[in-house]
Amino acid sequence: MDDIQRKLQQNSKATREDRLGKVICYTCIGFIILLVACILYFIASKGIATFTKDHVNVWQFLTTSNWEPGNLDSKGHPMVGALPMIVTSFSVTLLAALVATPFALGVAIFMTEISAKKGAKMLQPVIELLVGIPSVVYGFIGLSLIVPFIRGIFGGTGFGILSGTLVLFVMVLPTITSLTVDSLKAVPMHYRQASLALGATRWQTIYKVILRSATPGILTAIIFGMARAFGEALAVQMVIGNAILMPKNLVSPASTLTSKLTTDIGNTVMGTLPNDALWSLALILLLMSLVFNMIVRFLGKRGNIKNAS
Amino acid sequence: MKKKNIISAIVLFGAFIAVLAGCSSNSSSKSSSSSSDSSASGKITAVGSTALQPLVEKAASNFQKDNSKISITVQGGGSGTGLSQVQDGSVAIGNSDIFAEAKDGIDAKKLVDHKVAVVGMAPVVNKETGVKNLTMAQLKDIFTGKIKNWKEVGGKDQEITVVNRAEGSGTRATFESAVLGGEKAVKSQEQDSNGTVQKIVSSTPGAISYLAFSYLNDKVQAVSINDVKPTDKNVETNDWPIWSYEHMYTKGDAKDASAKFLKYMDSSAVQKELVGKMGYISIHDMKVQKDAKGNVSNK
Repeated sequence: MDDIQRKLQQNSKATREDRLGKVICYTCIGFIILLVACILYFIASKGIATFTKDHVNVWQFLTTSNWEPGNLDSKGHPMVGALPMIVTSFSVTLLAALVATPFALGVAIFMTEISAKKGAKMLQPVIELLVGIPSVVYGFIGLSLIVPFIRGIFGGTGFGILSGTLVLFVMVLPTITSLTVDSLKAVPMHYRQASLALGATRWQTIYKVILRSATPGILTAIIFGMARAFGEALAVQMVIGNAILMPKNLVSPASTLTSKLTTDIGNTVMGTLPNDALWSLALILLLMSLVFNMIVRFLGKRGNIKNAS
Repeated sequence: MKKKNIISAIVLFGAFIAVLAGCSSNSSSKSSSSSSDSSASGKITAVGSTALQPLVEKAASNFQKDNSKISITVQGGGSGTGLSQVQDGSVAIGNSDIFAEAKDGIDAKKLVDHKVAVVGMAPVVNKETGVKNLTMAQLKDIFTGKIKNWKEVGGKDQEITVVNRAEGSGTRATFESAVLGGEKAVKSQEQDSNGTVQKIVSSTPGAISYLAFSYLNDKVQAVSINDVKPTDKNVETNDWPIWSYEHMYTKGDAKDASAKFLKYMDSSAVQKELVGKMGYISIHDMKVQKDAKGNVSNK
């Protein structure tokens, strides 16, 4: 009798396990949330210090092009104009996405619509391999092959936005391709069947039906690729030339936000203006990746509504 | 049920923060105590200059063969990192290419300087420019952007491409104080390591930059200044003016393990053999000395 009573009143083993599982789960979630919050707070507080503590005008920071945080200009203001780096970062990102998208689309269409078997057998491993190559290797190849190649054609030093674009093109290609493949695969089979039944050719089906209905997914893929390109530091730093100058053309040395951070962060002292200014650059990077994420969300929502209707 | 879940999540989250807070206060007390008993247990961390890093690493591994109780960790990170971390007390030794006085945000009075080696630096040009010697004034004009073509200094008709070092780096500070005399360098490419600079100068037509002596090789053309060759002997007498000390800073006087290691760095085992072998110049061989403002006097 006692035994039954105890069994009924006590928690069973399954319940205890259930609780333990929950605790572990919530602990992990809590830790991750806390970690993200800490990172956001740290970068934001450091990045804002340039404007609150060192009294740099935000507008001036974003729109002037003189970057010498160690020196003061004639009026006694610190010279922290981040515009050249912002412009260069966006240029390489947009150009890389622009160059990579047609190639990625072609590969993705081949892999899903034209020859799924060959695509899966040959192209899939190639794309996965491209993802796996470390960025320093891309940078090294860029420095040893692309830079001299560009120099041979256009003259100058070979360092610049064009070299950065070409290196980033290879780096974002697998990202855009694999996400595009996913979104093409998600197009329902009956769309294809209906289109073919209406007498459309394969090309017409691809162009007028499949690509149209997969557009939000493809845009998401491009944005993800751009986010990767925007945040890439090492490979770009090796081929861009690291000159804080407004890019005059595609083959003059320039500097991106990320490359400036990697070259300079070790040479500055915590709490001084040159260091704070670098944190402000990091803050811009962080905000931009938030913007990219928001665009992806927005596109995802639009895509869903379209599919539902 | 859902409400309960949310509440439990919040409670958990709160508990977690409390635990973390506990952790962080623990770790801070730990780190403060470890800095005092680090000398007793013999743990030294040396952080900073990447130019000095190879020497300290090699010396540390030799030192540990005889002093197995002391463990030394050597990290890079740059002179600025080294100076700020030793000032914070988070590391025992901060390695730097430049005087602490020369760095903004560093209170040099709190730090004690230990000069362990000297590094000479030489301008290097691409071999095809046809230039082997420059006057100091010409070198200055090239780096401030007044001379733009090699033919103006007796070389080929070729545009000059200046490759500078990262702003705020010790190498650049040394070069600028010796060559530019307070004027601003032309805005140009910046690279952050000797290896990359060497590669770029050797492959880019018309390129000029500067390298530590240990990185000079036959792929690049080292340039003499006023017909003085960049050699160790000329640095020792200051006939070659572009050189800097490699500093190891401690906060206050070095204690126990740190003091022992720094003494080893100054011993003949390091200064007579290791320093020269690794491309530095021994501090003992210097016939002149330089102060933080760059004034040179006889020893």
